[in-house]
Amino acid sequence: MKRKFGRYGGQFVPETLMPALQELEDAYTKAKRDGDFIAQLEWYRRKYAGRPTPLYLAKNLTRMIGGAKIYLKREDLLHGGAHKINNCLGQALLAKRMGKTRVIAETGAGQHGVASAMACAALSLPLEVYMGSNDIERQRLNVFRMRLLGAKVNPVDTGSRTLKDAINEALRDWVTNVENTYYMIGSVVGPHPYPTIVRDFQSIIGREIKKQMINEEGRFPDCVVACVGGGSNAMGTFYPFIKDKVSLIGVEAGGQNKDRNAASLIYGSEGVLHGMFTYVLQDENGQIKETHSVAAGLDYPAVGPEHSYLKEISRAEYVAISDEEALRAFDTLSKTEGILPALESAHALAYAMNIAKDMKKDELIVVTLSGRGDKDVEIIAKQMGYEI
Amino acid sequence: MSRISSRFTELRKDGMGALICYIMGGYPSIDFTVKLIPFLANCGADIIEVGIPFSDPIADGRSIQNASAKALASGATPTKVIDAIAEARKEAEVPVLTMTYFNIIYKLGVDNFLHYAARHGVDGVIVPDLPVDEAIEFCEKAKGKGVDTVFLASPTTTEDRLQRVVRLSTGFVYLVSLLGVTGARREVSSRAFELIKRVKVHTKGRLPLAVGFGISKPEHVAQLIRSGADGVVVGSALIDLMEGSTGDRIIDNLAIFVTSMKKAAKRDA
Repeated sequence: MKRKFGRYGGQFVPETLMPALQELEDAYTKAKRDGDFIAQLEWYRRKYAGRPTPLYLAKNLTRMIGGAKIYLKREDLLHGGAHKINNCLGQALLAKRMGKTRVIAETGAGQHGVASAMACAALSLPLEVYMGSNDIERQRLNVFRMRLLGAKVNPVDTGSRTLKDAINEALRDWVTNVENTYYMIGSVVGPHPYPTIVRDFQSIIGREIKKQMINEEGRFPDCVVACVGGGSNAMGTFYPFIKDKVSLIGVEAGGQNKDRNAASLIYGSEGVLHGMFTYVLQDENGQIKETHSVAAGLDYPAVGPEHSYLKEISRAEYVAISDEEALRAFDTLSKTEGILPALESAHALAYAMNIAKDMKKDELIVVTLSGRGDKDVEIIAKQMGYEI
Repeated sequence: MSRISSRFTELRKDGMGALICYIMGGYPSIDFTVKLIPFLANCGADIIEVGIPFSDPIADGRSIQNASAKALASGATPTKVIDAIAEARKEAEVPVLTMTYFNIIYKLGVDNFLHYAARHGVDGVIVPDLPVDEAIEFCEKAKGKGVDTVFLASPTTTEDRLQRVVRLSTGFVYLVSLLGVTGARREVSSRAFELIKRVKVHTKGRLPLAVGFGISKPEHVAQLIRSGADGVVVGSALIDLMEGSTGDRIIDNLAIFVTSMKKAAKRDA
């Protein structure tokens, strides 16, 4: 397997973890060629997670914008309410195969934590989830969901007490318990081989889009749009289209302004965090900055290394959408289509709406609706000035 | 021969193991670091390892994490820490290594960092998140500047990796005594002793080995030196001692502790 995407990626971790990463790479290389593993994963995807997800033509939205046809890839309809389960099922099956008796994960908004808890419960694996204490405060409902699903949630009180610190703490746990523990990373980030493994498990999104679009329109879309935090739903959407004539657009969290955001590819610079060489938000001395986004799932100061590579070779385009624009898109989709998108996905949607109006009526856009917005209702109410 | 290598050679002649003291640069202040380096050397530290604080120290436990955060809050930057080392070196001949994460070095520029460090009297570097696989170019550049590169070997390191760790290390090899992060422990893990034996097969006596992580008592030092280690690294225990002391007691407590650790580092005690 390739350790890097161009100059990006690699394995910047303590020596103790290096053999474990090799073990994981070996196990994954074997698993993906093993018919039993593929069949098992396919079974869980269909019977448990609810794949394939629909590719929905948003007629009302398209009519309102008056430009390109807008299709939504409905990952929000998956079990757990987000694309995260695609990855967790794959990794949980891998952990099981590797004979690991304990699983750890990190979570920011709680979506990966919940999906991990579901996959681990379904496969009878004990799970501990690291979560920043600030995020625990912001996402109480997801914390309780994880507990209901049998996971142990470990609060992290160091640093900025958010996702990046939860990953630090998960890595520290892994260094300590590496011999029996599987680390289930939630995005296309971390040291090799994680960015590749997670991208492969998420690529089901793009593969389905391809097939469904051929059925609907007899051709590929002109462009696909997805939000990018760590970037797993975007990588899963983009990857199957890499060699096709389809524009790939990643939408980062522009937050409030150029100083308060979580858009590593737009406002960051190259650096090393969480075992990978990629774009990170850092100060002039290399200290990692605190990030901000209204969407907790995008609130991360780095990005998957393959996105850095796609940016470098100009195969994908990356843009930023502000908190305010994302909130407006949330409102628009809710009212026009009766779909509450996750605030993360609302970033992708906002950008798609911007470009759709300047496109021809026979052009096709697909937006990956990575999750549903039920989890965000409390935050949105607060933004609107309500207490619920 | 580098200053670090010479120090190990001298100590061997004297029948002693090396006491390597880790401190966090800029904790609690840069001025304190400037004074602390010669002070520890006078108390018996043979080599000083100075941490350059990073916001996300994944290989470190609570003690060093806290010291790192406090150093950053007090305004420590990579160049200020290296300047402090240069300043301290006017008072002490003790060899000094820096310990920091790769992003700090990358952001400054690898060439720039090594040049700056070498010019300011830094003898070697330890980068806990730069495994040998990512370090080939880094090592060549460090060699060009006469800076030792110390790599870590861990209980999980396989034989073929140990070989590479030993090949790329200069000055000494850093043996991680346990599975886990830095931080004082009550006992030395049995895995440390196994690892000493395994690494010796590869070094064949040509490169000293120092054991770190968890070392906090004179008994630990004595056990490890008697089991064939050429040195020990003490870090979190020093920070815990500083955290737990106030005012003038800090200096007194450090003196008592470092002296007792050094005394335990006799090869044939």
